[in-house]
Amino acid sequence: MNQEQTPPNTSQEQENSRLVVKLVGIVLGMFGFGFAMVPLYDVFCDLTGINGKTNETAAVYSAPVIDTEREVTIEFITKTMRGMPWAFEANTQRIKVHPGELHTVEFYVRNPASRDIIGQAIPSVSPGTAALYLNKTECFCFNNQPLLSGEEALMPMQFYIDPQLPKDIEQFTVQYTLYDVTEAAQGVAEAQAAMGSK
Amino acid sequence: MSTATDTLEHDAHHDDHHHGPAKGIKRWLFTTNHKDIGTLYLWFSFIMFLTGGAMAMVIRAELFQPGLQIVDPNFFNQMTTVHGLIMVFGAVMPAFTGLANWLIPMMIGAPDMALPRMNNWSFWILPFAFAILISSLFLPGGGPAFGWTFYAPLSTTYSTDSTALFVFSVHIMGISSIMGAINVVVTIWNMRAPGMTWMKMPMFVWTWLITAFLLIAVMPVLAGVVTMVLTDKYFGTSFFDAAGGGDPVMFQHIFWFFGHPEVYIMILPAFGIISHIIPTFARKPLFGYASMVYATASIALLSFIVWAHHMFTTGMPVAAEMFFMFATMLISVPTGVKVFNWVATMWRGSMTFEVPMLFAIAFVVLFTIGGLSGLMLAITPVDFQYHDTYFVVAHFHYVLVSGAVFSIMAAAYYWLPKWTGVMFDTTLAKWHFWCSLISVNLLFFPMHFVGLAGMPRRIPDYALQFADFNQWISVGGFAFGLSQLIFLALLIKACRHKGEPVSDQVWDGAEGLEWEIPSPAPYHTFDTPPVVK
Ligand code: HEM
Ligand SMILES: [Cu+2]
Repeated sequence: MNQEQTPPNTSQEQENSRLVVKLVGIVLGMFGFGFAMVPLYDVFCDLTGINGKTNETAAVYSAPVIDTEREVTIEFITKTMRGMPWAFEANTQRIKVHPGELHTVEFYVRNPASRDIIGQAIPSVSPGTAALYLNKTECFCFNNQPLLSGEEALMPMQFYIDPQLPKDIEQFTVQYTLYDVTEAAQGVAEAQAAMGSK
Repeated sequence: MSTATDTLEHDAHHDDHHHGPAKGIKRWLFTTNHKDIGTLYLWFSFIMFLTGGAMAMVIRAELFQPGLQIVDPNFFNQMTTVHGLIMVFGAVMPAFTGLANWLIPMMIGAPDMALPRMNNWSFWILPFAFAILISSLFLPGGGPAFGWTFYAPLSTTYSTDSTALFVFSVHIMGISSIMGAINVVVTIWNMRAPGMTWMKMPMFVWTWLITAFLLIAVMPVLAGVVTMVLTDKYFGTSFFDAAGGGDPVMFQHIFWFFGHPEVYIMILPAFGIISHIIPTFARKPLFGYASMVYATASIALLSFIVWAHHMFTTGMPVAAEMFFMFATMLISVPTGVKVFNWVATMWRGSMTFEVPMLFAIAFVVLFTIGGLSGLMLAITPVDFQYHDTYFVVAHFHYVLVSGAVFSIMAAAYYWLPKWTGVMFDTTLAKWHFWCSLISVNLLFFPMHFVGLAGMPRRIPDYALQFADFNQWISVGGFAFGLSQLIFLALLIKACRHKGEPVSDQVWDGAEGLEWEIPSPAPYHTFDTPPVVK
């Protein structure tokens, strides 16, 4: 490392630095791996549905054979995150469906605050494995939802259950969590406006 | 400026090469000598042990009675958090690095660590890391209060601005450990004395080599996950924020991918230490040396595929729960091999019970208790009940305090005479041992019971039914804390070279290159490598 050291055994020092370079390579690689776990986790969960996330873009209703033999109970629950003042309720809290049937349920929202707010709902299914079989053909959660101060609205969600749903699942719960994304959404809108004006 | 320091260091270096260490504070600031740096690490670790211990005393004082008496809940949470961080990153890990610095060159017949300048840096950034962490407690709103595991969203959405300091200090600690680990690997790889083949390496050297690889593999992952917490909190990313498409459970996956190997980082060097002490005082070579090496390596490899045993209750699919349950149980096989080998080494040995041996035997017994409670926690359906209760607290304190910390004390007693040239005060040492042994069990054993009965961890108040046990636990805690002051007194005495001079061999049955050099170990050893037969 430094020339003034007592007669350095140069070949030894070269070997040392070669090994250091390799080890630093592992360190950088593992730092990268930490971040690579993020997309890996998402891919893994998409394939297996284990984190309860549902499809984020509209599914197409393929009119599968309706399994009238089976009835599945779905519960809808709602929640607002800290700092989100909206009233948010599921008009249908519990529904029995045959796999393959197309259904629509509605959610009620009202903005009691004195400011305009943009909301974003995030669905989560429990048990997670059912998430893969819940196909939403239309959902308010695909986009964010602006509400002026004092405004109220009904938000529809249309879905069908894939008849492949494992037999042991007779009931599952869909939870929608509503977030205030006003700042983030306005940031995006401004950025888009700026891009468009160029 | 830089030329000025260069010449200073140059001179210092020249001096110490020919006439021993430089004088005064400069010796310690600029030292590149493995023994000096080892001493710095060990003292730093002991100071951190007392600091983290003081925080534990606050925790136990609050828990002495049900209800809120002494501190408010937010401060209580800061105490549990910073206690954990200081003990893991400030006490246990630097103590092992200090022992590595002192012992590895002497054990493999090398004149110093391979990268002495880097060694100086890796120590001297540590005090800054902990100064930052501790100072964060004095910020408005207080320091980190989210537990040493800093789960998102506690550390992102719900934390105060001290999080920025927390992240910064964890980065510095991480860099320090990575540099230390690189140094250990390069030293062991390239600087062994002629004839010291892989399978002749002392166990402490083996276990540290494997630990160093674990550090190099997982400390960068810790750096990554704290960085994600920082950007989620301050720069609008959503790694762990569901509103932006992230997932808080992913935090736990990344954290425990680091976290489980981390717990083995804190125990493998302990295995090495015990494998030196037991043969010495049983006057028999270590039983099953080769199997010890392979067991250590397999524990290290398996530690990468068991992380989700910390996450059984997060709602994983059954197949994953089963996988992590069986993989975890598999780890107890090589761990059992080690315990068996230590017992077999003692079997029919001519045993004597000097203080290092007392700590080593206590280690074997108490670590095994911790291993058994670990095995209970590994059973998925059972963990649903035990998770986040005092049972988990009992488990990890048995493996970390009466395991890792006892092994460090055993090591200090075993090698201290070689370092100082005098025998430590054996009366004080025996007092220290017996007080610690009794109080540590009074402190941690009843935690099993309150845990099984459902007392949650990290809560400043509890149901009345736990009051009696908690009083005993607190009494044990205070007694254990006070016992460590005996150790402090003993260490100060030993460092002033007060005591009977010892021979080079120090202990009758001791074997290894470090016992062939004079006591106290001269400032420079093995300038010409010894030949190992
Ligand atoms: C036979 C070996 C072991 C097994 C089977 C085992 C198993 C477990 C399990 C299943 C948990 C999770 C409990 C829960 O949160 O519900 C746990 C927690 C823990 N274990 Fe172990 N363990 C073993 C050895 C060790 C060792 C050697 C150490 C460290 C030296 C250690 C340190 C910890 C720590 C620190 C935690 C708690 C982390 C936290 O939540 O703060 N364990 N162990
Ligand atoms: Cu673990």
